[in-house]
Amino acid sequence: MSILVILIPAALVLGLIGLLAFLWSLKSGQYTDLDGDAWRALNEEPDEEKTRR
Amino acid sequence: MSCCVPTQVYQPMPSGGQDGYPSRDEVLFASTNAGDGLIQTHIFIPGIHCGGCLSAIEKAMGALPCVKQARVNLSAKRLVLHWTRQDVDPGAVFGALAGLGYQAHLDNGSAARKDDTLGRLLLSLGVAGFAAANVMLLSVSIWSGAEGPTRDMFHWISALIAIPAVGYAGQPFFRPALRALKAGHLTMDVPISLAVILALGMSVYETSNHGENAYFDASITLLFFLLIGRVLDHVMRERARGAVASLGRMAPSGATVIAQDGSRDWVPLESVVPGMVLFVAPGQYLPVDGIVVSGDGEIDCAIATGESDPVAAKPGIAFPAGALAVGAPVILRATRPARQSFLAEMVSMLEAAESAKPRFRRISDRAAAIYAPTVHLAALLTFIGWVSVTGDWHHAIYTAIAVLIITCPCALGLAVPIVQVVAAGRLARQGILLSDGSALEKMAQVDKVLFDKTGTLTTGNPALRQAERHNPKVLRLAGSLAMASRHPYSRALVTACEDLSLVVDPESWDNLREEPGKGVEAERDGSRYRLGKASWALKDRMEDGQDSVVFSRDGCALDLYYFDETIRDGAVETVAWLRGQGFAPEVMSGDSAAKVAHVADTLGIAQVQAGMSPADKIARIQSLQSNGYHVLMVGDGINDAPALNAADASIAPSTASDVGRRASGFVFLSNSLDAVRMAITISRQARSLIYQNFGLAVVYNLIAVPVAVAGYATPLVAAIAMSGSSCLVIANALRLNLPSARRKIPQKFAAVTQRQGAHPTIQTVGEVG
Repeated sequence: MSILVILIPAALVLGLIGLLAFLWSLKSGQYTDLDGDAWRALNEEPDEEKTRR
Repeated sequence: MSCCVPTQVYQPMPSGGQDGYPSRDEVLFASTNAGDGLIQTHIFIPGIHCGGCLSAIEKAMGALPCVKQARVNLSAKRLVLHWTRQDVDPGAVFGALAGLGYQAHLDNGSAARKDDTLGRLLLSLGVAGFAAANVMLLSVSIWSGAEGPTRDMFHWISALIAIPAVGYAGQPFFRPALRALKAGHLTMDVPISLAVILALGMSVYETSNHGENAYFDASITLLFFLLIGRVLDHVMRERARGAVASLGRMAPSGATVIAQDGSRDWVPLESVVPGMVLFVAPGQYLPVDGIVVSGDGEIDCAIATGESDPVAAKPGIAFPAGALAVGAPVILRATRPARQSFLAEMVSMLEAAESAKPRFRRISDRAAAIYAPTVHLAALLTFIGWVSVTGDWHHAIYTAIAVLIITCPCALGLAVPIVQVVAAGRLARQGILLSDGSALEKMAQVDKVLFDKTGTLTTGNPALRQAERHNPKVLRLAGSLAMASRHPYSRALVTACEDLSLVVDPESWDNLREEPGKGVEAERDGSRYRLGKASWALKDRMEDGQDSVVFSRDGCALDLYYFDETIRDGAVETVAWLRGQGFAPEVMSGDSAAKVAHVADTLGIAQVQAGMSPADKIARIQSLQSNGYHVLMVGDGINDAPALNAADASIAPSTASDVGRRASGFVFLSNSLDAVRMAITISRQARSLIYQNFGLAVVYNLIAVPVAVAGYATPLVAAIAMSGSSCLVIANALRLNLPSARRKIPQKFAAVTQRQGAHPTIQTVGEVG
């Protein structure tokens, strides 16, 4: 059972990383234009300076 | 149809600037400070459909020297520009957009009002999701057989995760629940909050006593599921509001004032005071009530008062705000400030109608009013029952809380928003937008339909009466002459020529010119041809005919053309369908009796009321409502806005006035009135699915409650039951998207509207007639 001392914190840390990643994506505006981003992924031209926020 | 053909949803309505684009002042007024010496401007572009549009616009904006940054938001159909205050050049931006074929208009500050609620809800959802996953992981270990100190440790870790998570993520429920309790009524939030908090408290108590069962996972997964419902509900409402806002304002946000020295300045609407002399370009709406000082054109009051005939803009005649200048510029003297204008009067009448209306209770609130007391009573009875039978207080409290947890309206919280989101998605694909979350529920109970005439049953465009009975050679000449004019009658003539495959050729004329307010004239082979008012085109006749123009050569009549209002596409079928369904449609119009009767006869509507003032319309609706009818109002004008608000449900075309669109629960983009039938049918399907979902929830409770009352609702049973019932209602809601649900709408109709719905287009008169 001593393995739990490692495994449970490991599980929590992994979950926390997921949560932080979600918070970061939320904060950086990745949910503001889901339709547009779906198209931008297909755009072959590099993002120009002017279009970057 | 290619995705990237920008289509126009409504007629371009420039405001402010002389060249048809917003003026620099207007742009500065609508912009917000973005820091670094830059200002941020939001521009709505309703025609954006795909990535092609997106990159084309961003590339074009990137090429403009005045723009520092440009980014398109496809979901919001909006372009965000960053530029410096000195560089603002609306002509370049709007010109470039027009060059690409996109109609654009300034977003007057609705973007400035930032809405954090969605961010807050998503954050709560994220926290609840993280906690639910981890607590569930530990719970599965416990159910798999963890015992003794290991189980205690798992419980404590669960508590450590669940308590802060519930404290944070539960707030969207706790706060409204507290408010509801203070106000003395029960909403769905009350049993939710109670179950979650009690479950948590009991679990902590159990854990500290080395108990076997703790409900940490139940309380946090409950929150997680309910937050999904909350987020969906919010997204739908936001999207609905945004969709209607993106149609743009037609009413001007300011006016062009002519000063004493003749200079022209754009001022915001609030700064217009009586006595100011205003310039109104053709195609613009009058910003305030006023008296004409000078002008050759006509004024079209259709959108304001419902009168379909344009009136000559002669000096001394008063017109209401919201009327449209046609043909030539009008110089207007303001008689009342904006806050007392006809438009403002309608808005205050609209608000009065709102407060007189019985408050609509949403289906979920009505369900909560039954559900919450039942659940609380069941828990209380369980507690009393166990105490009186066994005398074991601990066990009785434990079981009562288990009843609260298992009956918690997890499925109910999802049942309504999920169905409504799916239904709103289906409507959006048909080109019908919701502007209000409860609109679907209101639409489903409608049993009486009232139509406005001008702009609703008819379109704004007139059509040539009996086009095929005119001499085609003369008609072709008249059409060639009419090409030079933007007057509605001229356009109707050109369209009639196109319908009859007559080739119009404006090149064959010499000295072609338009005489504003009179007609068009030109020379050819030594003769002078005129197309326009009888008093102007003819030598010997001074009286102007109604709804007609004369085509003359050297003052002698060649032909006389009469025009009718065009019946809106699908109006005949829609009225027939409504009659078949027992709705007994009625017409209520502000126009003259003869005109209304003509349209009503064509459509087969028996009940007709003409010459109705906005107050008459409200009175009619309220008398129907007091007789127990649920009224659907279909209308577009400024004068319809109070009626649209007074009715139980309302729908307006996208060409409607701003205030009309804002007052109605639905807005349809397609040109066809078939949208009314679509909206009713889909709303009813949605309602029956919501009822089915409630039925499923009741069946679930009938099975689960006895189990819980008997004391067999272990955390494992609760977890399975809650997830199972949630999945069941979601699956049931998605049935609305199945082909079988769509087939209930006759195919022929559906095909037509789908085409229009995906890419709404203004159809020309020719396609209609």
